[in-house]
Amino acid sequence: MINTLSLSERRLGLVLSVLLAVLGLVMAAAARHGAMAVHGGMAMVLGVALAVKLAAALDDPLPAAGRASRYYDAPTRFGIVMTLIWAMIGMGAGVWVAALLYWPEATPLLPWTSFGRLRPVHTTGIIFGFGGNALIATSFFVVQRTSRTRLADSVSPWVVLLGFNLFCLWGVSGYLMGSTQSKEYAEAEWYADIWLVVVWVTYFILYLRTLARRHEPHIYVANWYYLAFILVVAMLHIVNNLALPVRLTTAESFPIWAGVQDAMVQWWYGHNAVAFFLTAGFLGMLYYFLPVRSGRPIWSYRLSILSFWGIVFFYIWVGSHHLHYTALPYWAQTLGMTFSVMLLVPSWASAGNAIATLNGAWHKVRDDATLRFMFVAAVFYGLSTFEGSFLAIRPVNSLSHYTDWTVGHVHSGTLGWVAMIIFGAIYTLVPQISGRETMASPRAVEWHFWLAVTGTLIYVVAMWNAGITQGLMWRAYDENGALSYSFIESVRAMAPYYLLRTIGGAMFLAGAVICALNCRATMRAAPIEAADRPLATQPAE
Amino acid sequence: MLKLHYNLEKVSMGLVVGIIVAASIGGIVEIAPLFSINETVELPDDLRPHTPLELAGREIYIREGCYACHSQMVRSLADELDRYGPYSLAAESAYDRPMLWGSKRTGPDLARLGGKYSDDWHVAHLIDPRSVVPASIMPSYPWLMRPLEIGLLRDELATLARLGVPYDEAMIEGAANDALAQSRPDSDGAEAVIERYGETVAIRSFDGDPSKLTEMDAVVAYLQSLGTLTNAPYELLAEGAE
Repeated sequence: MINTLSLSERRLGLVLSVLLAVLGLVMAAAARHGAMAVHGGMAMVLGVALAVKLAAALDDPLPAAGRASRYYDAPTRFGIVMTLIWAMIGMGAGVWVAALLYWPEATPLLPWTSFGRLRPVHTTGIIFGFGGNALIATSFFVVQRTSRTRLADSVSPWVVLLGFNLFCLWGVSGYLMGSTQSKEYAEAEWYADIWLVVVWVTYFILYLRTLARRHEPHIYVANWYYLAFILVVAMLHIVNNLALPVRLTTAESFPIWAGVQDAMVQWWYGHNAVAFFLTAGFLGMLYYFLPVRSGRPIWSYRLSILSFWGIVFFYIWVGSHHLHYTALPYWAQTLGMTFSVMLLVPSWASAGNAIATLNGAWHKVRDDATLRFMFVAAVFYGLSTFEGSFLAIRPVNSLSHYTDWTVGHVHSGTLGWVAMIIFGAIYTLVPQISGRETMASPRAVEWHFWLAVTGTLIYVVAMWNAGITQGLMWRAYDENGALSYSFIESVRAMAPYYLLRTIGGAMFLAGAVICALNCRATMRAAPIEAADRPLATQPAE
Repeated sequence: MLKLHYNLEKVSMGLVVGIIVAASIGGIVEIAPLFSINETVELPDDLRPHTPLELAGREIYIREGCYACHSQMVRSLADELDRYGPYSLAAESAYDRPMLWGSKRTGPDLARLGGKYSDDWHVAHLIDPRSVVPASIMPSYPWLMRPLEIGLLRDELATLARLGVPYDEAMIEGAANDALAQSRPDSDGAEAVIERYGETVAIRSFDGDPSKLTEMDAVVAYLQSLGTLTNAPYELLAEGAE
């Protein structure tokens, strides 16, 4: 990674690393104890390690001339490695907490191994660690190819990736120590949130500068989605995390929003984390890797415009469907429900566009497990967006809300759609940036595919059954007009489904482990440079 | 339209502005009106903020991730009213930062938990849930018997007061003492807690040992306070029944 940097870039990297180490030292010294001190220590160790590495490599051979006429894939490589490491952590934590619901007495009596502390490790590990790294890594890959230009500079991609992973690490290690804001999918504390804003602005500037250097007059649709992902996530993150720290030297803070406002802001954020983190960015991935792998152009250009603006405009309204029948004003709930139903139009337009793109390439879907990953992703995208609109309808929600049906819905989206498209993209780009024709073991890809599909189906079907059973038991009345079941009876009824869910999740994790090993074998001893080259003509903008 | 978009695609800043505008409208329409909620949602006269000890318990509730499995929001549905009690009002969580409405009921809703079980039951249940509810799948929390950290309480109340929670100067300055006194009914400070937070505040040794202030004291005090900060939901339900 350092041998791709010029001497001045190495010096700049050295300065930034020292600054990071100093920041960490200041944090640790100011906080003295608790999560913030540990996190300061982590930043310091990372800064010192990077500084030592860069200082030792200052006099190493410089990159070959003509660098500007090549794509810069070293950051993508690193991002993919981090994606797979976080997949192990996030999915591992997920399978473990799923097992704890079946065997609660298996929890060691240590605070950090408790369900409540591990659950956000699973969600943050998957959404930010696995999903976020995959988005950043593929966005670097895609923006260069679709713009036929090299990344605008060589230092900021590393700032983005290392900074983002430090944020993820601060998050999950904080939860284990009991440090959390408790806002779902935004649990990291205030200083980590500020850090992420700095990283994100760097990412946005790098992305825009790279687009500005493009040699194509048009910005390809994949980049619209990546842009929407970067911009709207920044907006959501900043507004939802506004908080007043108790002291500048402690991790604890109180949000500036209270009660019903906090609930509305939280689910405006929470559902749009689904929209702009787990959907928009991944649609960008789909719009690039599916046509490339199938060798077919996107079926309809007009439909992609319609679905893009539809998704950007409609999604923002739907968060309040998380708050049906609660103390949120009724009109806000109704707006959320209405827009959730309308959202089905652009969602199915995207899914349909993706599937129609495969027309004429169905033999490839049959033979190529990588393309099959993307096809299944598009199908699950269609299924879970339909389910989402359905669950947002008020009377349906009265049954499904608070039950495992929601968990099943989320996992049909994350396992079936998000993870599948990530694996499809990984299996397409890893051989390419490793200068190879195929993955080291194409058979392992096939195994991974069937493990992933079977695991997802077991998981989702188990959770549908669990959720509907729970919902029906809670509202059942006997002939005397009394509630039929105590709460604990509904808990007992969940046992078989929780076991099945653990098995499904474990199968999915097994597939991801196979993927990680396969990627390791493929990347090992590979040339750093991909074979394809950008065209060097006049920039378009 | 298509022609317009054909040109928009050539300008990256055009896309940026378009995305920001399209993605802002929904949030502004739904969230902005809630800022006037202080005028539109009437705060009941008897609504009190949490005592320092309850607040410390709330922070532990957050630390241990209890909200991942327990909601604190009774919906306006017949079976929920029968199972839990009166539906939750917006005013009840007006001082809650963050709100803990929750999104999943792996365990039951806790909005009306206060007074439902004895302190002893809570202590036994938190240390080993299966000792009192054999089919429970809740984790055990034996480490809650360790001493409670009260060093930060004063600054916590001060921060909340700056955000608009009605803690006055005496409450802020007395935060640490009040936390201690609430678990010691015989102490001199107990009177002061009643004076500051009202008659409805429970003053007792929640974990059964008045000589030590533990995290268990704080958590049980918090759990016993749930749904008792105002009587408004009960009054509203009684009015509706008439």
